[in-house]
Amino acid sequence: MKVHEYQAKAILARYGVAVPRGEVTDNPAEAREIAKGLGGRAVIKAQIHAGGRGKGGGVKLAADPEEAFALARAILGMSLVTPQTGPSGRVVAKVLVEEALDIDRELYLGVTLDRVRGLPAMMASRSGGMEIEEVAARDPSAIVREVIDPGLGMFAFQARKLAFALGLSGDSFRKGVAFMQALFRAYVETDASLAEINPLLVTKSGGVLALDAKMNFDDNALFRHPDIKEMRDLAEEDPLEVEASKFGLNYIKLDGSVGCMVNGAGLAMATMDLVKLAGGEPANFLDVGGGANEEQVKNAFRIILSDKNVRAVLINIFGGIMRCDIIAKGVVAAVREMGLSIPIVVRLEGTNVDQGKQILRESNLPITPADGLTDAARKVVEAAR
Amino acid sequence: MSLWVGRQTRLLVQGLTGREGTFHALACREYGTQVVAGVTPGKGGAVHEGIPVFNTVVEAVRDTGANASMVFVPPPFAADAVVESVDAGVGVIACITEGIPTNDMIRVKSALAQKNAAGAPVRLIGPNCPGIITPGECKIGIMPGRIHAPGSIGVISRSGTLTYEAVDQLTSLGFGQSTVIGIGGDPVNGTSFIDCLRGFQDDPATEAVVLIGEIGGMAEEEAACFVAGNFRKPVVAFIAGQTAPPGRRMGHAGAIIAGGRGTASDKMKALAAAGIAVVRSPADIGGRMKEALGR
Repeated sequence: MKVHEYQAKAILARYGVAVPRGEVTDNPAEAREIAKGLGGRAVIKAQIHAGGRGKGGGVKLAADPEEAFALARAILGMSLVTPQTGPSGRVVAKVLVEEALDIDRELYLGVTLDRVRGLPAMMASRSGGMEIEEVAARDPSAIVREVIDPGLGMFAFQARKLAFALGLSGDSFRKGVAFMQALFRAYVETDASLAEINPLLVTKSGGVLALDAKMNFDDNALFRHPDIKEMRDLAEEDPLEVEASKFGLNYIKLDGSVGCMVNGAGLAMATMDLVKLAGGEPANFLDVGGGANEEQVKNAFRIILSDKNVRAVLINIFGGIMRCDIIAKGVVAAVREMGLSIPIVVRLEGTNVDQGKQILRESNLPITPADGLTDAARKVVEAAR
Repeated sequence: MSLWVGRQTRLLVQGLTGREGTFHALACREYGTQVVAGVTPGKGGAVHEGIPVFNTVVEAVRDTGANASMVFVPPPFAADAVVESVDAGVGVIACITEGIPTNDMIRVKSALAQKNAAGAPVRLIGPNCPGIITPGECKIGIMPGRIHAPGSIGVISRSGTLTYEAVDQLTSLGFGQSTVIGIGGDPVNGTSFIDCLRGFQDDPATEAVVLIGEIGGMAEEEAACFVAGNFRKPVVAFIAGQTAPPGRRMGHAGAIIAGGRGTASDKMKALAAAGIAVVRSPADIGGRMKEALGR
């Protein structure tokens, strides 16, 4: 799960991570008051989940409270387009009004899971403001890493190694070490999957602060963080994906015309690959889960067909524990009840497959049974043309 | 011979008395697995479907000689259940549960490492996996037993239903399986591709291996490295997610292309460079194995 910058900063502040003073608002007049409280000069930052906000005009410096008002009014409600939003952009509902700080250096700090080691790692680089992937591609040696055992916590020497590598000294060295240890503790204790400070700001007076902050959280651990779970912003997510998640369906919208309904995540990915190999483009990833009953199939149809690009649907089910005749009955009932008109190709394999195919054949509905994966992909791509 | 589970396996089921636990424990027993005990804290002393239930794993092991565990405990408590089995000296643990927090799995890994360092080998399969099966001998997990057949192909996979596809193809072409292992779709798991490859390398009953990977992480790249240097049996591989968009989690917690890393094409290249037969279509897994074995 993702959260906004202002939410990430509030969470980090609880753990003693230094963040600039500021407040969030959805109202330009309030932005003016916040700027006044910060001494006049302030930065107005659009709060959307996508990165690259500055490039799209979503981050502006206000010289005084009146300008803060004007900028907040301009940014609030705008469709902010950044390299990460896609061409339609995201509507800005809130702005963060923050104190403007004098910048000495901009660095990078991030914590995420090192999947090879199976432990979290903190990464640091002197190239603040640049995306870490870009730094890694250009000069991997510019990134220093410390793998940390969360059971032991981040030792001071580990933070010192990173602080030295960042070229911190004196007061900012001491603050940097404390910052890193607090950041790591926040990452572990909130079950984050990413805590990224980019840029990490060193001020002229030696302060070390999170100028920007991005946190993602492990969905599987949200049950122990009800406060964080509440920060979910549904407006930032695809409406169809939100709808699907209500029914326990794992759905991801894509750009093609072949709708896919599959049981199992691996097979669902493989089915998308098959569609592509047959010359088509998948419209979605959809895992109906282990118990593909009539109700689930109906829900899945509804979601898939809400996407107006879909011109044909491929149902690919491997009936393991679930029997193919039950699945076939579910599909027939769902198609009949919903009065579907677009072509549907069904590939069933597994237990009671012959009975399943017979049920589909005898239904007199526009359902094309397929023999095998390749045949199914070929038929559905043809039907979608 | 086979890998890790066989006729000698005596299975206990953690979460036996739950709906899923009961259903799959009985399916395992029907397949021929010796299901000797269940563990549900607070229900010790009961007999469920003819299976004695214990309060703790250590009691179940002491009274029944159980040497393997299948975990059906809900996500918030699953890591605790796994470590309870590790602590009790259970040698093979298959955790079926999907949705365990990553931080919990990091703690589990630490418990596993301590046990292994103390000279008591323990193997965790999963979590978020279908389990492990040695066809004709022992099934621990939720896979449909009847699509399998005893034979000489080892199968390792990060996915459930995709494994069934591969096994089904193999069986219909007349290729039985030595052992089929679902290592699971989570970013931190108990058993890696390399652990399985090592086992299959030393297993005289295994003639060739099917490896099914997916996007996310570096496990397939590491497996490719291992195969290039150490593995002398034919391997056929498929990677799911060739069309998956970057930055999106494709169902499995571990199936995500992050920061440009973990793409299917990188994995397929690495595997091919190690001399592995990589198929682009999941429909070709069985056929390609037939070719590789020349019969």
